[in-house]
Amino acid sequence: MNTVIEGKDINVKSRERVLLDVKRIGLNKGEIFAVIGPNGAGKSTLLRVMALLQVPQRGEIYFKGEKVARKDRVRIRRKMAVVFQEPLFLNATVLENITLGLKIRGVNQRVAMEKAEYWLERFKAEKLSNRWARSLSGGEAQRVSLARAFALEPEVLFLDEPFSNLDVFIRESLIADFFEALKTTGITTLFITHDLEEVLLFANRVMVLMGGKVVQEGTPLELVENPLTDELKRFIQAWERSKAKMLHLL
Amino acid sequence: MDTIVEGVKKAVLMLVTLDADIYRITLFTLKVSGIATLISLAISLPVAFFIALKDFPGKKILISLANLGMGLPPTVVGLWVCLLLWRSGPLGRLRLIYTPTAIVIAQTVIATPVIMALVTAALQQVDKKLRWHIMALGATPLQMLFLMVREARYSILAAVIAGFGAVISEVGASMMVGGNIAGYTRVLTTAIVLETSKGNFEDALALSFILLLMAYLGTLALTYLQQRRHKDEYGN
Ligand SMILES: Nc1ncnc2c1ncn2[C@@H]1O[C@H](COP(=O)(O)OP(=O)(O)OP(=O)(O)O)[C@@H](O)[C@H]1O
Ligand SMILES: [Mg+2]
Repeated sequence: MNTVIEGKDINVKSRERVLLDVKRIGLNKGEIFAVIGPNGAGKSTLLRVMALLQVPQRGEIYFKGEKVARKDRVRIRRKMAVVFQEPLFLNATVLENITLGLKIRGVNQRVAMEKAEYWLERFKAEKLSNRWARSLSGGEAQRVSLARAFALEPEVLFLDEPFSNLDVFIRESLIADFFEALKTTGITTLFITHDLEEVLLFANRVMVLMGGKVVQEGTPLELVENPLTDELKRFIQAWERSKAKMLHLL
Repeated sequence: MDTIVEGVKKAVLMLVTLDADIYRITLFTLKVSGIATLISLAISLPVAFFIALKDFPGKKILISLANLGMGLPPTVVGLWVCLLLWRSGPLGRLRLIYTPTAIVIAQTVIATPVIMALVTAALQQVDKKLRWHIMALGATPLQMLFLMVREARYSILAAVIAGFGAVISEVGASMMVGGNIAGYTRVLTTAIVLETSKGNFEDALALSFILLLMAYLGTLALTYLQQRRHKDEYGN
């Protein structure tokens, strides 16, 4: 089996309504799997369920074909890394924040420091290592978050809009650094985004989520060439319009 | 007026010459209240961690009980612990009444609700998203507790100082369960009561200065911690 992580029959409810209802989501080894959808579609909820951070009301997660039992959750989490929608730091320095996860996973201090420094450098953030993590700017924080995730050398990487709220200059170079890192490591990745361009450029497969339900799944090209619902068509048209506008302005 | 001036003079003299009795009572008080505070913290941490992280029926009631317990009158606690430890009471066989242990027990009962309520609030203030992050790093429940305590360290220290402040200044319970026995169960507050009733104002004043000094040191520590926290969170 080539599937690294798989969710089956996942259902998340709040008191009043269904937030997520996904029959199946599976990530194959080494692929970049994108999830797109409008605000409130349930993307972050899906990510938390898949990353074993939130227990769904119904459904199971399978890691390499094995059902993840409650007692296995911590062990399997240690094979994964998550970059959240907003960068989250403990009240400590950048370096401490990066090495913390490694130390939790039993890596010794010296090796943890080496890995932290290596990945900070790859994300051009080595100058930040002694800064207080919570004092970083948005762009700096995103770089550090990415370095922290890669330093864990995970088998599966979860990313929740890691490039939102970045200015264009930083965005371009950070995205380049990021996909370069993904390519060289071959980490299986679940990647949430609003940006169809990122999907077209980097994803192997894409899933569209709307109102908690899967609207379409396939290759990025299939998606833009043959959107299955009117809503999706409008979503793509809106994106094309903004893209055209941007090109026009340039 | 003369009494006060004379009293202050003598009190200061006793303090600077380290009067043996006063010295001993002070150390004993610090020890008893310190141990009671530490036991309360040890009880409070796991309970507060559980309350802060889990949803269970009766959670709100438990929190409100701890909040109510913050205002528990020490005399009432003294009475209950007395009844428990009394020679013919349920725990009478342990022969604990009028011992330092009895004071530690009573003070633990007084400090625990204070520390538990404040530590719960401190842990609840740790961002839920940060908890997801710690979980995602692969933390075990124990590592999670440790990291959350570290995250809320200043608020938790404030809780400890508040609990310690409550028991060191308490008189009713210590008097009732300890019996104010000289050289054995006498603490600062019960000593002040006794010296005042005997008319030894200078002794009472000297003791009161020490108590005030401790209260001031507690406040000073709190202020310092608040400043530290502010500095930590908004740059270095
Ligand atoms: N604990 C909760 N209780 C009730 N509703 C919730 C809870 N958590 C999330 N929701 C709701 O679930 C829906 C999906 O939220 P989610 O954060 O997964 O959306 P999203 O697709 O990530 O959106 P965005 O693009 O804005 O990040 C939203 O409508 C949100 O309000
Ligand atoms: Mg989201």
